[in-house]
Amino acid sequence: MDEARVGVFICHCGSNIAGFLDIAELVEYAQTLPHVVFVQDNVYTCADAGRAQIVKGITEEGLNRVVVASCTPRTHEPLFRTTCQQAGLNPYLFEFVNIRDQCSWVHMQERERATDKAKDLLRMGVARAALLEPKEAIEVEVIPAALVIGAGVAGLSAALSLANQGFEVKLVEREAEMGGLLRDVHRLYPTGDDARTFIDAKVEAVKRHPNIEVFTGTEVRDVRGFVGNYEVVVEQGEKELAFSVGAIIVATGAKEFKPVGMYGYDGEKVITQGELEKLLALRGHELRVTGHEETSTVRPVASLPVAHPSVVMIQCVGSRSDERSYCGRICCMMAVKNALLIKEADPRAQVYVLYRDMLTLGVEYEGLYREARGQGVTFIQYSPQSPPTVNDGQVVVYDELLGQALTIPSDLVVLSTPLVGQADAPNLAQMLKVPVDEYGFFLEAHVKLRPLDFATDGIFLCGSAHWPSDVGESVSQAYGAAARASILLGGGKVGVEPIISVVDEEKCIGCGLCETVCPYKAIVLRDTEAGRKAQTIAASCKGCGVCGAGCPERAISMQHYTDQQLFAQIDALVEV
Amino acid sequence: MTATGGFEPKILGFLCNWCSYAGADLAGVSRFQYPPTLRVIRVMCSGRVDPVFVLRAFSRGVDGVMVLGCHPGDCHYATGNYYARNRAKVLKRLLELAGVNPDRLVLDWVSAGEGEHFATLVRDFTERIKALGPLGRSEGLSWDELQKRLAAARRVMEGEQIRWLVGREREMVDKGDVYGQPISQEVFDALLEPSVVAEYLRSRLLLLTADRPLSVKAMAGEMGMAPRLVLPHIVALEQAGLMAMVGIEGNSPRYQSISG
Repeated sequence: MDEARVGVFICHCGSNIAGFLDIAELVEYAQTLPHVVFVQDNVYTCADAGRAQIVKGITEEGLNRVVVASCTPRTHEPLFRTTCQQAGLNPYLFEFVNIRDQCSWVHMQERERATDKAKDLLRMGVARAALLEPKEAIEVEVIPAALVIGAGVAGLSAALSLANQGFEVKLVEREAEMGGLLRDVHRLYPTGDDARTFIDAKVEAVKRHPNIEVFTGTEVRDVRGFVGNYEVVVEQGEKELAFSVGAIIVATGAKEFKPVGMYGYDGEKVITQGELEKLLALRGHELRVTGHEETSTVRPVASLPVAHPSVVMIQCVGSRSDERSYCGRICCMMAVKNALLIKEADPRAQVYVLYRDMLTLGVEYEGLYREARGQGVTFIQYSPQSPPTVNDGQVVVYDELLGQALTIPSDLVVLSTPLVGQADAPNLAQMLKVPVDEYGFFLEAHVKLRPLDFATDGIFLCGSAHWPSDVGESVSQAYGAAARASILLGGGKVGVEPIISVVDEEKCIGCGLCETVCPYKAIVLRDTEAGRKAQTIAASCKGCGVCGAGCPERAISMQHYTDQQLFAQIDALVEV
Repeated sequence: MTATGGFEPKILGFLCNWCSYAGADLAGVSRFQYPPTLRVIRVMCSGRVDPVFVLRAFSRGVDGVMVLGCHPGDCHYATGNYYARNRAKVLKRLLELAGVNPDRLVLDWVSAGEGEHFATLVRDFTERIKALGPLGRSEGLSWDELQKRLAAARRVMEGEQIRWLVGREREMVDKGDVYGQPISQEVFDALLEPSVVAEYLRSRLLLLTADRPLSVKAMAGEMGMAPRLVLPHIVALEQAGLMAMVGIEGNSPRYQSISG
């Protein structure tokens, strides 16, 4: 390799980095580093314009090493590697310096010290970059089967989509029955379709599909392996089952927050929006099974306590609060839909929706909101500083628009609470090595660039396990996740990083310690003319480096993470 | 040192790609704030961290080192973190022998979902290192003396004996020795301890006499030990062909290490 000509591209990430670090100082500093011949800052290095600059740097400035100081390699390294490749530079001559996720975002009040840290990180990255060597990716076979975890609307849709493309699907559901939350929903907005009919059809299609094997009453116990080759162990009652899949889709959904201790919640006169669904659905199905096939004949309010009831719905219960800062996203629409259903069944019923902000996005949902107003549903805005109070048979609310307190008689109070993540989501996350947020929702690799992928390759995400999603969104995400998985499964092979061990046979004394410690049996002793020597089986090596770090003779080097590269990084930490 | 004159520790972190690095990213995504004292090197697995890396960092004047991996049982590579744990144990002992506070090294676990935990670890470790003070100075060691001692520790971890023992620890304790007899952790530790001590002292002796011959008394003086405790190691080195008597001054034989 010729002498290193390092180009450094420093990303503003809009204001995500530039707002907290002194970019001009970093640019100036990077120019002083050894081997650096070109430095540029970009508002968004990952955007077309930013990547074009990298290509230009390689082709016009003769850069043979590229360093990007930006977000995190876990999301953007593949993109920049591809950019290097497009410009004719081996992708393994690229180095990432993380100055956003691990610098600007975590030192938001310390511009000077954070900038100093970023300088250190740049220096370390450049030192490593200068020693990088070109590598070729290694290809491994992909098992053309997928595991889908969760058989709600998202999981069912993803499973069907993959199965229809000809892939084998293992669908695991921990409940005894498939269908998820929709089993307890009455009708779907904005179409008014019967939820049970809708979900039952999907469940039946899954059951009948020859490519789908369903495991109900089953939980995932262990996941090992890597993209294209995951080993999964599930527990079904007393039995443990194991299977191998190439991809995994997480569709574990969410559950409704139970507002215990709030607004006199008792599950009878003060219920949740989800419980109202159940009540309406139950009544609807009773009528349906007794011969009233047309959903229009359903009179859901027949199950409410009195004729012409007064129903008060309170929005944002347990959400957009200190405890749970997020918006429930679907509860406004549920409230509008159920308000309309009640009015439709009993036009003399009174429905009040006490809201902080109504969120009925888009043409159709906004239309339903208008319709609800037209039907006489009363919308009253309250502020979180003076929330409504629920007393026996009446609700008192301070109307922000009228500027006065109103007392509303109520036969039923309905609390719109958000979906919350599954309590054991962190367990599953740990098994899959993917992140969950503090509310138990899974976090995608990148909110815009890879919204349905996890950062861990070969694992995808859809539905309310991600964030509260309505049916349309869940199905869209499921199809998207299935499509993402099918790219992998249909490819047959996947490139894995050429981070493998290489044995220096001159130094190797054939002690066999590496063979002992390797978890993949990827290094074996073989007889050679020079005696017993360790040899790496490249296709089996996963690149952990445990052999190299332990070899008594220090005869094993890890490609792309060589001792020399790591020493350079360590040495560069302290500026001389 | 910051402009205000307070001690600003330099901390190096080795973070595994799959769990702890992801946890550190999550701390960022969640905007959990922590002090800007940590510089991270990403490795695929905590099992990649050769003890030599850690000692090299201390030799460079880094005040603290964090090795963070996946939780036990959750290693992306199944078992890498167990090796990291065994290596951290022997590293701490070597630091102690070198007169460096072993609390300057921490091994801990951070999952991909534990952003807050990661931030807390960095905060706590920064506080710990701040309390200890700059490397060497708070140990009462001059820079040169620190370098000598760390060089000896590094030599131990570059050599095959301790690398071999530490590498075999898991298997010997879990599955048994070459005769298929598992040995208890206590027995293993009792076996390791004298080897580490002997290797450290011998490394120091070899480095002390690399450029010039020294008497037993002079070597003992340099190491702050009684000559009678140093002598057996000199004999052992002589027998191993690593040190030789090269002359006598007065009544004292002088020894020098044999390079190569």
